[in-house]
Amino acid sequence: MIIYGVTLLSVCTLAGITLGQILGKLIGVPANVGGVGIAMILLILAGSYLNKRGLIDVKTEQGVEFWSAIYIPVVVAMAAKQNVMGALTGGPMAILAGVTAVACGFALVPMLDRLGKDECKTSAATATNS
Amino acid sequence: MYEALLQVTGKYNLITAFAVIGITMWFSYWISGRFTRGRVHGSAIAILLGLTMAYLGGLFTGGEKGVVDIPLLSGIGLLGGSMLRDFAIVATGFGVNIDELKRAGLSGVIALVMGILSSFFAGVAIALAFGYTDAVSLTTIGAGAVTYIVGPVTGAAIGASSEVIALSIAAGLVKSILVMVTTPFVAPMIGLNNPRTAVIFGGLMGTSSGVAAGLAATDPKLVPYGCLTAAFYTALGCLLGPSLLFILIRGVMG
Repeated sequence: MIIYGVTLLSVCTLAGITLGQILGKLIGVPANVGGVGIAMILLILAGSYLNKRGLIDVKTEQGVEFWSAIYIPVVVAMAAKQNVMGALTGGPMAILAGVTAVACGFALVPMLDRLGKDECKTSAATATNS
Repeated sequence: MYEALLQVTGKYNLITAFAVIGITMWFSYWISGRFTRGRVHGSAIAILLGLTMAYLGGLFTGGEKGVVDIPLLSGIGLLGGSMLRDFAIVATGFGVNIDELKRAGLSGVIALVMGILSSFFAGVAIALAFGYTDAVSLTTIGAGAVTYIVGPVTGAAIGASSEVIALSIAAGLVKSILVMVTTPFVAPMIGLNNPRTAVIFGGLMGTSSGVAAGLAATDPKLVPYGCLTAAFYTALGCLLGPSLLFILIRGVMG
């Protein structure tokens, strides 16, 4: 049934966010520590476990897939509720700080990508050698 | 007439949001196919339209929540709020390939640390250029460049003025919106087309709304990989901002 999929998703989301909240409390940070990430990992693990045991049918999958498909509209709604006015009227310093941070981030993507790839190659090479 | 409309859209606000966003999406995909032959992704146009509407909403209402401040469109706040956003992001995880994730794991962690440090020091450098010299203001503005949540959390913890905190939020907002808008255009240049770079990208940018929207407009398949690392970014920033980074800046500035 479709509701089983939605329930699986709900339980994983709640468990992940709760764990993130507890983690935040333990570390002493006023933020959720990776709640969404933990929830995602839970869903991936639960999904593959249930799949192996044949406990997920097409209908159950559809319950999760609907929400995964509704993701882009949700993001569009999220864009429509941003404080764009506040960002643009924050003054040249705020704008420049934001722009520089983003530029640095973009520039670092290919650098970090290369960094990890070399490691993969060398470990693969040693693996074939040994 | 308007009264009646307002009553209905107020009572059925989420349904109104589905209708309005659905029409926006349809219009965006139509523009994408008709005027750019699909070269600019429909969702990228939809996100741009959303941001434009948010700007106009802020302009006319003077509020801080984009179109949500227009009573007719209050449901968009629910549809685009953190509850449904997180729910939908988690759902995208269902299609994740565990092996891809494992392979990118270490790079993701490095990206997280590098992302926070690079954003922070970019913010500090700009603040220095604009004449700020005290450690508290520098740290707060740098933290704002991390995300618009890390900025005020750090500022409040180390006792920054409300003016500086407002600046740090604005810097974070600019970052988040810029990531939403520019990611689909920059993606081909930086090789952002596979799960590995998506994990790195999520860790480097970190702003969950920016990463979520930017990847959605680039390739929806990459969304879970980027959002997974981005989920740890704000918390790590809140952890480092008022502690290590503040001590570092205070040590340098005296």
